[in-house]
Amino acid sequence: MSTESDAGSRPVSLAAAVGPAAPAGPQPVSPKVSPRSMYRVHHLLEPNAGYRRLAGWLERRPVLSRLFTGAERRVKKELFGCRMCGQCALPVTGYACPMTCPKQLRNGPCGGVGADGSCEVYPDSRCVWLVAFERAESEGRTADLTLLQRPIDQRRWESSSWVSYWQGRDEDLVIRAVE
Amino acid sequence: MANAFRASLESGAFTVTAEVGPPRGADPGAIARKLSVLGDWVTAVNVTDNQSAVVRMSSWAGSLLAHAAGATPIMQLTCRDRNRIALQSDLLGAAALGLPNVLVMTGDHPKFGDHPDAKPVFDLDSVQVLWMARSMRDHKRLLSGKPLSTPPDWFLGAVENPFAPPTAFRAARLAKKVAAGAQFVQTQYVFDVLAFRRWLAQVADLGVLERCHILAGVGPILSPRALDHLQHRVAGVFVPADVARRLLGVPAAEFTAAGLRLCAETIAELSELPGLSGVHVMSPGNEHRVPEILELAGLGPARPAKAETGAIRAR
Repeated sequence: MSTESDAGSRPVSLAAAVGPAAPAGPQPVSPKVSPRSMYRVHHLLEPNAGYRRLAGWLERRPVLSRLFTGAERRVKKELFGCRMCGQCALPVTGYACPMTCPKQLRNGPCGGVGADGSCEVYPDSRCVWLVAFERAESEGRTADLTLLQRPIDQRRWESSSWVSYWQGRDEDLVIRAVE
Repeated sequence: MANAFRASLESGAFTVTAEVGPPRGADPGAIARKLSVLGDWVTAVNVTDNQSAVVRMSSWAGSLLAHAAGATPIMQLTCRDRNRIALQSDLLGAAALGLPNVLVMTGDHPKFGDHPDAKPVFDLDSVQVLWMARSMRDHKRLLSGKPLSTPPDWFLGAVENPFAPPTAFRAARLAKKVAAGAQFVQTQYVFDVLAFRRWLAQVADLGVLERCHILAGVGPILSPRALDHLQHRVAGVFVPADVARRLLGVPAAEFTAAGLRLCAETIAELSELPGLSGVHVMSPGNEHRVPEILELAGLGPARPAKAETGAIRAR
């Protein structure tokens, strides 16, 4: 919210000296698949006794586990720009991944979204939360966005969120009412 | 300890706050100098937390200096530079130092600051911090679940930008922050009062006003350069075309006066809005203009008993 200009006395950083740096950190990604199809697919992945057994069986087999996690990564990276935080929020964000937000906001957009819907950090990309809102709205699911998303467990990066989901570890990731 | 800011809001008085940025340096007198020009015209001052991701004296130290100078500080706390351990530790420290007013925000991305090569933290988001702080206060528990010895007594604040897309979601987003723990909210600069009214009506419909005090962000545009800066370089600030036209339509020598008048008129208009608790005046680098603007807007000093000294000191 500043209007102060510090540009004049800014020290020259290495990045400025060598030209535009390669993007570091997350960058907003607009999903490649419609939200409707994803809500449908989600029904197929809902936890049941079979999936729970499969998840437990996989977790006891490191090699298969790695292959399974690799397949999940490939699919979700291609479709959503997944970064493998291991605690998937997609079902309640219109299937737009909030971990691709440069600030990794799990609970909605920041205040810096441009009038044209651009991300303040990467102006060539659309704000992923704006995308999430539009996708959720098109399916009548905006109430999902008002759910409180708990802080993620930073130890679970690179782990399979499907396995965790089937094992029931994500049950308190999102809560409807504040205690 | 009496909290003048909270008391003012809870009394129903139209409450004015201003912004005070800590210095880029270790000068302990800088905060007091900025406060002296504000006099008694504001009830509380926001002490910013490395605003625009530019390094300054820390907000808790600045808040403590403001407190020592007789002001009521509102300590800003961002998620950019701290993980959940540091956030909780700084929150506890603030409470122990007698700084109960905390304004939680995500924070500007380092890309915009003087250290674009820094690692952005963003371990928690602002909603999660509000929720965590509320649990620490009300349930005496850390985020880990571990019990707290002496519970802190925070008055928790949040920010919102009513004008940034998706505008249809902004009222619901504030309701979410209030559900998480926000007791007061300060908004981004309001230059479009009509759009702000629409947002306030949506917020009222969600039942937020009964649980949270709303202060509208305002600030003067004092030069063509400042106008250009706000329009093009500050993410999330929306200056409507008619506002820009009005300012650019006056002779260059009168630009500053027109900017002050515009800000005063905006404040006067906002003060008529039912449900609005006050205004937050942001005038970085031009804090001395704040009393003038408030007087133009027809608002008296925050503490009428000391009005004279405040007004004299301001000039």
